[in-house]
Amino acid sequence: MAQMTMIQAITDAMRTELKNDENVLVYGEDVGQNGGVFRATEGLQKEFGEDRVFDTPLAESGIGGMSIGLALTGFRPVPEIQFFGFVFEVMDAISGQMARYRYRSGGTRPMPITVRSPFGGGVHTPELHADSLEGLMAQQPGLRVVIPSNPYDAKGLLISSIRSNDPVIFLEHMKLYRSFRDEVPEEEYTVELDKATVKREGTDVTLVAYGAMVHSSLKAAEELEKEGISAEVIDLRTVSPVDYETILESVKKTNRAVVVQEAQKSAGIASAVAAEIQEKAILHLEAPVLRVAAPDTVYAFTQAEEVWLPNHNSIVEKVNAVMNF
Amino acid sequence: MKRTLENIENQFETFQILNEEGKIVNEDAMPDLSDEDLKEIMRRMVYTRILDQRSIALNRQGRLGFYAPTAGQEASQLGSQFALEKADFILPGYRDVPQLIWHGLPLYQAFLFSRGHFKGNQMPEGVNAVSPQIIIGAQITQAAGVGLGFKKRGENAVSITYTGDGGASQGDFYEGINFAGAFGAQSIFVVQNNRFAISVPVEKQSAAQTIAQKAVAAGIEGIQVDGMDVLAVYAATKEARQRAVDGEGPTLIETLTYRYGPHTMAGDDPTRYRTEDMDNEWEQKDPIVRFRKFLEEKGLWSEEEENELIEKTKEEIKAAVKEADNTPKQKVTDLMDIMYEELPSNLKEQREEYSEKESK
Repeated sequence: MAQMTMIQAITDAMRTELKNDENVLVYGEDVGQNGGVFRATEGLQKEFGEDRVFDTPLAESGIGGMSIGLALTGFRPVPEIQFFGFVFEVMDAISGQMARYRYRSGGTRPMPITVRSPFGGGVHTPELHADSLEGLMAQQPGLRVVIPSNPYDAKGLLISSIRSNDPVIFLEHMKLYRSFRDEVPEEEYTVELDKATVKREGTDVTLVAYGAMVHSSLKAAEELEKEGISAEVIDLRTVSPVDYETILESVKKTNRAVVVQEAQKSAGIASAVAAEIQEKAILHLEAPVLRVAAPDTVYAFTQAEEVWLPNHNSIVEKVNAVMNF
Repeated sequence: MKRTLENIENQFETFQILNEEGKIVNEDAMPDLSDEDLKEIMRRMVYTRILDQRSIALNRQGRLGFYAPTAGQEASQLGSQFALEKADFILPGYRDVPQLIWHGLPLYQAFLFSRGHFKGNQMPEGVNAVSPQIIIGAQITQAAGVGLGFKKRGENAVSITYTGDGGASQGDFYEGINFAGAFGAQSIFVVQNNRFAISVPVEKQSAAQTIAQKAVAAGIEGIQVDGMDVLAVYAATKEARQRAVDGEGPTLIETLTYRYGPHTMAGDDPTRYRTEDMDNEWEQKDPIVRFRKFLEEKGLWSEEEENELIEKTKEEIKAAVKEADNTPKQKVTDLMDIMYEELPSNLKEQREEYSEKESK
């Protein structure tokens, strides 16, 4: 076991798959010699050569379209979109094309592509570098959207994503890249896609979260415990498709749920999760399902960022509301 | 400051081998084609013209769905396809069904594509192509990727993609040719300049005098070809293919052509944006008329042979329509099954629901 940050675990996952499968290619803007602007691909070009780990011209749509072409010739591309706010430049290649290719071809042309990208707020970036746009991707049938919350999951989920024969949007929360270390096995292992995990068991309320909000939810749960409220925390890990089985099992036990996301209230996936809970478990509910989310403005300018982003206090507030309903 | 634009534009003269009268005007460029090859090219053009006429009729009868007429563009479409090898990969635009057929897509499947049945999009094993792209230009960046894939694998194969004059305005066009150049992709980009993007004339697409010259900015080869001259289109594509597999980079080919019919059969009325004079002027350049003259002169073609071919083609079309009619209808559950390698939980649940509905 080694102590790794999430970004080291991500690099390690790519290294593992570059070694395992000669069809794996890693590329993007500044990904080669520079090792990526966050150093996610540090050392990979040196280790695997320019043919397999390389820089591309600066054009996201080109990167997306090229990935499809490489997949059509049997490669397993792992392109990087430098910041997920740049996804608008590559929306057609992702949503209009790679998500639909297997379907369009009557099941004959799989797209084993993993699009990696940093996202999420709280790190004082310029505009369009910090949005939570997972909802846009989750609304596109044909894609999987995976968001790890810790180094161990990041490595196992990324390996599973790269091995998947369907396209995966793999979103890496920038605030988690280097915020803490975890025990991460040096050998290869996978974490199953489409499966949530219970991070903390509880009996009074279910907190459903993903990405950085898993940590805010855990912190909120600790505070709630002091007030005598026992919160269960679920980390979705894959946000499309959502593992409703795990959520419903928990809600049927706790009878209350709060869905937590960093994205704006009208974006993200919290609304879909809340809707599914009431469809499937309304008779188990003691209170409405509430959502913790950012307000429906464009992502906050940095000076208002800390107030704009949801945090453990906003979660505690909503939990109190469902407890006192 | 030295001005360069005029010098660049002067480089892009239209490449022609066979003129409108069916005479060879560029003997040096004459490709090495056997008499049988020449006849085969003619057969394919005639077949495709008849297919176009029948497809329009079938569409009007409600027996075909989406259809983009091809008449006028046979030399551009088939001359370029004839220069390909089986290993080459076609990424077509929405009008480029003929190339798919000659690359191996059975005709009844082309009809299924038109009717909106997914089986029309399933290329048979060994047919290196994808179904026609609907988003203008999206196929161009993908073609760069296929061409790069072939290069990485050291394969003797190229990707070829088709778009129109409107497609050459898309961002993906520039990104695609630029990526292909930067990576030395084994790719050919064909722009069939039929002068209109639905209704907007090419003059309104760009200040560039030719589309071929756009290659210069990407640092790749570019050529403008008489797109009504099947020999010129063939020769240009053949040469581009050779350069690509020899590691000399991708090529942009602009073919000057014209579509006689409407943009699609979904209500477009060309009289709103084209004059009869213009239609007549282009019909004088017809690719089949001039090639027929050329072959007749060589004693390789006769009216009798053509009529026989037309009858045979009509029979084949009839049989293909029947085969398309006999293909089982697709179900919503079929569509669910082709979304992912394995059904995810949400679709599993929805599949049960539809499976029950569809069994009734």
